[in-house]
Order: sequence, then C-alpha cells, then structure tokens
Amino acid sequence: MTSAHKEHIDPHTGTSTTGHEWDGIRELNTPLPKWWLYMFYATIVWALGYFVVYPSWPLISSHTPGLLGWSSRGAVTQELAALQHKRAPMVSALSQASLPEIVKDDKLRGFAVAQGRAAFGDNCAPCHGAGGGGAVGYPNLNDDEWIWGGTLDDIHQTIAFGIRSTHEKTRVGMMPAFGQTGMLKASEINMLADHVRALAGLSTEKSYDRAAGEKLFGEQCAACHGDAAKGNQEIGAPNLTDKIWLFGADRAAIAEGIHRGRGSMMPAWNERLDDTTIKALTVYVHSLGGGK
Amino acid sequence: MSVKQQQMREAALAGTGVATPLYASRQKVYPQSVDGPFRRLKWALLVVTLGIYYFLPFVRWNRGPHAPSQAVLVDLENSRFYFFFIEIWPQEVYYVTGLLIIAAMTLFLMNAVAGRVWCGYLCPQTIWTDLFLMIERMTEGDRRKRMQLAASPWTLRRLHNLALKHFLWLMVAWWTGGAWVLYFTDAPTLFVDLATFQAPATAYIWILILTGTTYVFAGFMREQVCTYMCPWPRIQAALIDEHALNVTYRYDRGEPRGSAKKNEALRATGAPAGDCVDCHQCFNVCPTGVDIRDGLQIDCIQCGLCIDACDTVMDKIGRPRGLIGYDTDANVQARMRGEEPEKIRIVRPRTLLYAAVIAIVGAVMLFALVTRSPLGLSALHDRNPVFVTLADGSIRNAYTLRLLNKELHPRAFIVDVSGLLDARLDVVGVEKDASGRAIVEVGPDQTREVRALVTITRDALHDHSHDIRFVATDTFSGRSAIAKDHFIGPHGSRQ
Repeated sequence: MTSAHKEHIDPHTGTSTTGHEWDGIRELNTPLPKWWLYMFYATIVWALGYFVVYPSWPLISSHTPGLLGWSSRGAVTQELAALQHKRAPMVSALSQASLPEIVKDDKLRGFAVAQGRAAFGDNCAPCHGAGGGGAVGYPNLNDDEWIWGGTLDDIHQTIAFGIRSTHEKTRVGMMPAFGQTGMLKASEINMLADHVRALAGLSTEKSYDRAAGEKLFGEQCAACHGDAAKGNQEIGAPNLTDKIWLFGADRAAIAEGIHRGRGSMMPAWNERLDDTTIKALTVYVHSLGGGK
Repeated sequence: MSVKQQQMREAALAGTGVATPLYASRQKVYPQSVDGPFRRLKWALLVVTLGIYYFLPFVRWNRGPHAPSQAVLVDLENSRFYFFFIEIWPQEVYYVTGLLIIAAMTLFLMNAVAGRVWCGYLCPQTIWTDLFLMIERMTEGDRRKRMQLAASPWTLRRLHNLALKHFLWLMVAWWTGGAWVLYFTDAPTLFVDLATFQAPATAYIWILILTGTTYVFAGFMREQVCTYMCPWPRIQAALIDEHALNVTYRYDRGEPRGSAKKNEALRATGAPAGDCVDCHQCFNVCPTGVDIRDGLQIDCIQCGLCIDACDTVMDKIGRPRGLIGYDTDANVQARMRGEEPEKIRIVRPRTLLYAAVIAIVGAVMLFALVTRSPLGLSALHDRNPVFVTLADGSIRNAYTLRLLNKELHPRAFIVDVSGLLDARLDVVGVEKDASGRAIVEVGPDQTREVRALVTITRDALHDHSHDIRFVATDTFSGRSAIAKDHFIGPHGSRQ
C-alpha cells in the first residue's frame, strides 16, 4: 500500500476508507473529531501536572506527597480551623459571659443553644435521648423536676463534674440497698412501696396499712427524702410525691429500688469538653423547658 | 476538508442515494457586512440589550438602611433576590417558576408570530457573535479580505491584526464575565475590589469561566452553537405552523435565475425570467452560511440580513424589493400554485392561546406579589420527647416556632396558641408583658426561631391528639399569621 493511494469513498456511508481491504471489506476512515482528540491530550497533560502537585505514586510505606503537600486530613484540619476562626468572636463572648448574661442576650443564647444542641447530640444523646427525652434510669431533661437542681449553676455543676463520677467534685448520694443488706425485710419493702405510691396519690394493695407505712418511712427514708417526701436536691434524693418516676411508678419497680438501691452515674464532662461547650450545654438543657 | 476532497466526495456520493455524509466538516463562514433596516434594527437591539446587561448592576434602588440598595441583586449569602420593588425569599422561589413559564410562552408566541425572532435578534449568542464579527471586520477587513487573508501566507501585518482581534475579543469577553458577577453582590464595591485584586477568588473564577465561554462561543463556535448545541431550533421546528412569518425567498418571482442582462432580454420577449441574479449576496451576508433560496432550514436563525442584502441588489438592478422577505409558508405554497397569497393573520387561535396563558400566569403572579404576606409563621413539633409529664401531672408539648418578618423594619409579634382551653403558652427566653402576652421581636428582613412550650392539665386533655394553631399578630398593623400543629398527650387511661 502506498501513501499516495487514490482516496476511495465508501458508497454506502459516503465516508472515505483507509485503503485497507480484506475479502472485499474496506475499513472506513472515521478519525476522532479534532476537538475530542485535543481534549484527550489536554487531560494527559493535566494528569502529568496532577502527579507532580498532588499525592499520587504509592511508595513502599507511604506515597509521593506532591508539591502542594495536600492531604485529605490536612484539608479537614484546615476547614475546622477556618470554622473555629469564623466562630471565634462568638465563642470568646460565650466564654467571657456568665450564664445569666448568656440567657439574657438573645444573640448569645441563640448561639449557645445551637452549639449546645450539637454537643448534646454528640455526647449526651446516647443516654438522655436525641431531644433529652430520657429513658428508664436516665432523666428526662424537658420536665420541671430536677434531682440535683434545675438552675443554671446546678445544671452546669452536674454536667462539669458528673454524678457519682470519678471526679473529686462529683455529686454523690446513694439510695441504699435496703433489701440486699438485710436492713429491711421483704414485707417491709412491700409496705414501703405501697406507701410511696400512696404519697403520690396512686392506688395501693389492700393489705397496705398507712400508719405502719408512715412510721417505717419516718424511720428509714425521711432522713434523705424528707418528712413530707419532697426530696432533697443537695443529696440527689428525688421528690416522691410528684408524677415523675425515673425508674417507673409500678409497685415492683419501687420495691426493686428499695431492695437493690439506686445509684446510676453520669460522667464528669469537664475532663472531655472545654468550659465553653459545657456552658453551651448548660444553656441548651436549661432552654428545653424545665430550667429554673 | 479541501474543496477538492469535497468535490471527490460529492462525485462518489452521486447516484448512491446518500444525501449527506454522516459527519459534516464545518465550512468556515465569512459573513459580509451589510446595511439596511434589519441591520440597523439589530444594531439598535444590540446596544439596548448589551447596555442593560453591562450597566443594570449599577442601577440603585433605595430600600432603606436594612437592605441593599442595588436594583437587581441575587444575594446568595443572605438568600434574597431583589428586583427593583420586588424582594423574594427562598421559599418564594415559585415566582421564578412563573417567570420561566412566561418566558417560555413569550418564546412560543414570538415563534407563532414570526418564527425565530428570538434567535435572529435577541439571543445572547447572536448578539455577542455580532459584536465579535464587528471587531473581526474592524481588524481584519470584510468577507473578501478575510477569505484572502486565510489563504495567504503569514505576514507580520496579518499576525498583528490577528493579535489585535483576539485582544479585543478577550477584552469584551472579560467585561462580559465581569458584568455577570456584579449581579451577585454590591456592584460598585465589587468593581473596586476587582480592580484592586481584593475580590474573593470565586468572583475571579467565574469571570474566567465566562470569559472563556464568551470568547469560544462568540469567537469560534458561532453558528455551530445554534445548529448543534441549542435545543430551541429543534423545538421551534416542531412548534412552527404554516401561518407564521419567516424569512423566505419568493420562488415565483426569483426563478429561473439568470444574469440581469440575460433576464432583461428574456423578459422583453415575454419568456419566463426570474428576478434572482444569482449574485450570492444573500449567502455572503448570512452569519450561519445558509442559502435562503433553499427554503426554511434548521441552520437559518432568521436575522433578516439577507433581506437587506437582496433589497440593496434589487434597488441597483431596478427590480422591486422583497424578493427575500418575511412571508408565511402558506403564502409561499399559494404563490407556487399561482394563487393570490392570503392576508397575514397575526391574531390566530394559536397566538391567542399563548397570549392568554401569558396573561393568566402574569395575573396570578401579580396577584401573588400584591397579596404577598409580609410576615410568616411555621411550627415544628418536638420529635423527642413528643410530650413531657410535669411534676404536677400536667402535660407539656414543645415546638420550634419560626417567625418571618419580610418588612424592612423591626417588628414585634404577639404569639398565642388556640384550640385548647386553658392551655398555657411560654416562649423560652421571652418575658411576658403585664397582660400576660408573649411578645417576640424580629429584626428587619429577618427570621427568628423561638422555643414555645404549651402546657395543659392532664384533666383538660380529652384525646391523644388535639389540633391547635399558633397565631402571631403584628403589634403595629394587627396582621397575623397562623401555623397549624397538634398537641399530643399520652395514650390510654389517666393515672
């Protein structure tokens, strides 16, 4: 075949052929459009540039870093730093203001609630629920009953140092295991359970003797829960006369509490979160509806 | 493909039944300059449309201290769109839908009246191509000169002219991209920032992108954008009917073609002789390189320049104007049959229908705009917990209320709840006034989210779910907005 062959046009498609022929079949000459070809070359050039400036070639234990020194982790760090920088004025205002000042200022409170909501989702929601709705043994933070106090300072202290945590400033207080330690007999525990239900205006067993229950309550429970059973927030003794029950209101649940004692714990968050975040969490929890 | 190759191809295709090859190489078009009423109309439209595009961002509109003073502004950062006296919030983006319907219907109406009016006179692709062609003529000369140049060897002068052309093209393209970004932020400020290299990188990137597209589309791709890339010619071809005006060649008058002298002699003897002298002026001035005498075709943008060219020639040879002119397909057919053409009817069911749709959508939009509420309220019920039992046994539901103040001054709203007797409403962070009302203040042109707590005694609750509504009332104007929601209580019997 010579390069000077006469151009042959395929009669069926009107396209020129390359001059190659096998068994009477000719190869159509349909080159790539120029713009396509040049784009293809451009991508090759682009790829070469990419190799040089970005991490690309794998080495035995690492990879070529590229001239720009870019890494995905570095990019995230940078973005986080940029975000922190953007929030810095508000964060510093938050860290300088006292809790009542934050609550009074619309802008600061809005920022604190937004920050607090995010921090709550990350740290608190596993136990207290996404909206602080609580669960059996984990208090509902939306209601108006507080075991350890519902003022801004109370909430702040609870979050910072925890309840029965390892922190030296932790809140402590324990419901003793009256049954397990043999301090009360089973019949006495049942009677107390009935008495506690009666205090809250709930139904009782027929065998319940109010006078005996009152006497026993006065001897064993009033020291912490108070004579009127209204509780004591200093030592985390709940009010037994209201409609809120952390572990349930049925007789069995109350009897179990008396028999085994109660003492669930909450970690001290100042070991993990900075003070501004704890402040934001405080304002958020306070805003849920029960803040005093 | 060279002319020789083209001829070989045509020779090979002759008699094969193949009309055109599958892939057609582009034949470069060298449009010639022309003068006439259509050309002058197009220049005028070019000045007006480009004037609007380049200078509109600098037009000011006073909206008071709480809103930008740019007449037309797409404020992406604050999610607002300003158009003179209209301000649109993101949730009102349906106005844009109405605008798009009107735009499409206007395009259809134009098409029903006179074909591709949009393509020939108003389309940015046509406008900028015209502008680029003008620069091309200024630097490299008219059609004949440019064709000679293309075939001539490289000289310093040719290089100089070419460089000048591309420089001017790039300047125009740069200004085009630059004007675009001015619509997205305060134009005078950005203008200074751009000039002093203080503007954000996004602005420069967008200018670069749009500089590139303008330069490539108007400088190099030109009619290919219309023929291959744009969907409108295809849709247009499907929508057109035989009563729409189009740029057409009058076969009955033009054929048979011949030289002026020869046809004059024929005419004297009474033999058939056309007015078309085959001068190719219609073809030479065409920006898309079509021969209008082949009839209506997809490449033709119907700019009317061939009418100007042909009329000039007709004047010169002393024949009546209008060998090429606006006419309907129905008339073209009638003339071919030797019948009298009908009167051109612009008012037809089709045009009436399009006009009616435009009027209806326009009226609906106007109504929506005039009755647009300057305040809004929405409620979102807490999902977890759905309800809360308080110490005294009463039930509380929590909601996130969002108040919208669409006016450009601060306002105060009384927030209340109805639908439940003796329900108590508390707004977190808002002190109640002396008469026990919760008054929420919202800044100018802003929204505010507040947490609302609705509490009711257990005995007052009769059902698991109650319909309630929140009402926000403007303390000044008395206008109010309503948000419906539910109050949820526990299932089953009361404890």
